[in-house]
Amino acid sequence: MTAATGAQGRIGYEGQDADNPELQEGHRPATGGPSHEASWLRRARANHLGLKLAPVGIALLALVVYLYYQSLGLNDAVIQLRSSLEWGTKLWPQTLQHLQIAFWSTLLVVVVAIPLGIMLTRPPLRRYGPAIVAVANSGQALPAYGLLILFLSLLGQGKWTVIWALTLYALLPVLRNTMVGLDGVDRNIIEAGRGMGLTRMQALTKIELPLAVPVILAGVRVAMILNIGMATLAFLIGGGGLGVTINSGLKLQQDPVLIIGAALVAIVALTFDWIGALAETYLRPKGV
Amino acid sequence: MSDTANIHLDTNESTSRGSTRPEDRATKIRLEHVEKRYPGTKQPAVASLSLDILEGEILVLVGPSGCGKSTTLRLINRMIEPTGGRIFLDEEDVTKANPDKLRRRIGYVIQQIGLFPHQTIAQNIATVPKMLKWDKKKIAERSDQLLSVVGLDPEVYRDRYPKELSGGQAQRVGVARALGADPEIMLMDEPFGAIDPITRDRLQNEFLRVQAEIRKTIVFVTHDIDEAIKMGDRIAILGEQSVIRQVDTPERILAFPVDEFVRDFIGEGSTLKGLHFETVREDVQLDPYPTMHLTDRPAEARARAQEAQTDWVLLLDGDEHPIRWVPVSELDSGNDVTAESGTEVLAKVSIGATLFEALEQMLISEAAVSPVVREDGSFYGVVRLTHLNKAIRRARLEAREHYEQLETT
Repeated sequence: MTAATGAQGRIGYEGQDADNPELQEGHRPATGGPSHEASWLRRARANHLGLKLAPVGIALLALVVYLYYQSLGLNDAVIQLRSSLEWGTKLWPQTLQHLQIAFWSTLLVVVVAIPLGIMLTRPPLRRYGPAIVAVANSGQALPAYGLLILFLSLLGQGKWTVIWALTLYALLPVLRNTMVGLDGVDRNIIEAGRGMGLTRMQALTKIELPLAVPVILAGVRVAMILNIGMATLAFLIGGGGLGVTINSGLKLQQDPVLIIGAALVAIVALTFDWIGALAETYLRPKGV
Repeated sequence: MSDTANIHLDTNESTSRGSTRPEDRATKIRLEHVEKRYPGTKQPAVASLSLDILEGEILVLVGPSGCGKSTTLRLINRMIEPTGGRIFLDEEDVTKANPDKLRRRIGYVIQQIGLFPHQTIAQNIATVPKMLKWDKKKIAERSDQLLSVVGLDPEVYRDRYPKELSGGQAQRVGVARALGADPEIMLMDEPFGAIDPITRDRLQNEFLRVQAEIRKTIVFVTHDIDEAIKMGDRIAILGEQSVIRQVDTPERILAFPVDEFVRDFIGEGSTLKGLHFETVREDVQLDPYPTMHLTDRPAEARARAQEAQTDWVLLLDGDEHPIRWVPVSELDSGNDVTAESGTEVLAKVSIGATLFEALEQMLISEAAVSPVVREDGSFYGVVRLTHLNKAIRRARLEAREHYEQLETT
């Protein structure tokens, strides 16, 4: 936290950043934001201020939810409220299910979309790229509900049906970002590498993929957040997750149940978005 | 060598780069009827090109835009696959060799440089040595050594990233990276084309200095005839479809362009450019010039000037350094000659200077001649316009004779 307070302390002071290499990074035109951006905003970005403050915000939200949960006086509450909000038998297992669904579907997206994106940017398959992207696009254009029902009719009830449906649903951002990221690598860099005797495979693994990492990771982050959000619908086809609690809150007209369920989904989503942002910041290749 | 023209003809081949004559050198790269035809086009991009590139020379491929010079270069390391003909390196047919392995033997520098932005300078330079599985210590030593060779302090630059370099520095690293595994051959595609003129000039000079030591076989592509003249031991002037219009040393091409195309391409001022290749040398007698010292009697000096039929006398100091031009009229006045007489000698050239520099000094010199001084600054003789005239005419004559001889044999 010392770094964060240091950054906050510096906000508003001009010309004190000459000896801070991290700040200078941010001032380079290649990495800096638009020049008209307010200087405090640029500083904040260069210091990853958002990244440092996000866990504080999430913790505060969790605290508020916890206090609210305690204030409900569940021991004296009606049975509908009490049984729906039991931590050990309902909320915690549902959170775990939720995370499992999001984790496996995101992992499958990564395992499918990144190799697919690589293949679709190689010369032999390149021309099929637009067609495949169009299919993935329509996958996302389909209503998620419809997609779930479609998979239900194919695979039956259960968690894995949800996972496969979400995999297809969230494929597009990763596929598209993989292709865009690889295509965005300066051709001259690849040309120079190939000219020195890097094989196609070496050019891919040593130049193209490392340089495309930031764009690909951004896609993965989007997919992960999509999946965490969509996993709320898993209850529809017996997949469990926090959607169950939200649904009972609606059905039983118990606002506290609804609120707790939604807040837990929000906490999970924000936490994983933060992890994604961390990965994007620290897995970005140095020098880029 | 005629008696009157005392300027020695001196080519880049024999002295300034310390190499042997081109005829004596082994062929390093041989292109035999190499052809590149893209599918669906009538005209080949490169039509039956045959060319020998000699060991240790810089051969410049130069031609108008779109003539296929870059394509030709990329055929050599098979970045573009030839559709016909054969390519030999050291008499070994590499037309069907594994292109990746082939390229590790050939340094490659491109205009856009293409440094890997996610790797440090040292890692960039280590690219090929790493692929060749050199050990770590050797690679580290090599990259430090190469950074010094291209004029960058290894301590400062080895751990930097490419985005922290200026364009000129980046291309230095580009050259160092191409030299990474000490290849015998380098291909350079307009390496200095995107760099500002002042830095380009410096990089060119430094590269020539490095090349004088490392003596790689270099194929260098440019569209700039002046760069070709400066960098090339030999120049191949290419027309449409990479057809060779003339291939020869720059001085011969300047002295004797074989056809209208070449003449147009080298443009105006080729005679003046030719003066760059001829130098003032010590082992020949330049024209004498009437000189005097402060101690000499003016009348004696006047007599010498009259004898030599000049309007000026060159006043030397005690160390024989030329200091003033004294007009004959001032010698007649009867006054003593002092260190204030006449006008100061502003223009002079040293032995080893090119005739181009001599001409420049001549143009600003009072007496319309360039005084030549030895290394210690003492007066040696003068270069006159007639010298330049004769040197140029002899260069032309020799080039013409060379081509006539070629035709008869």
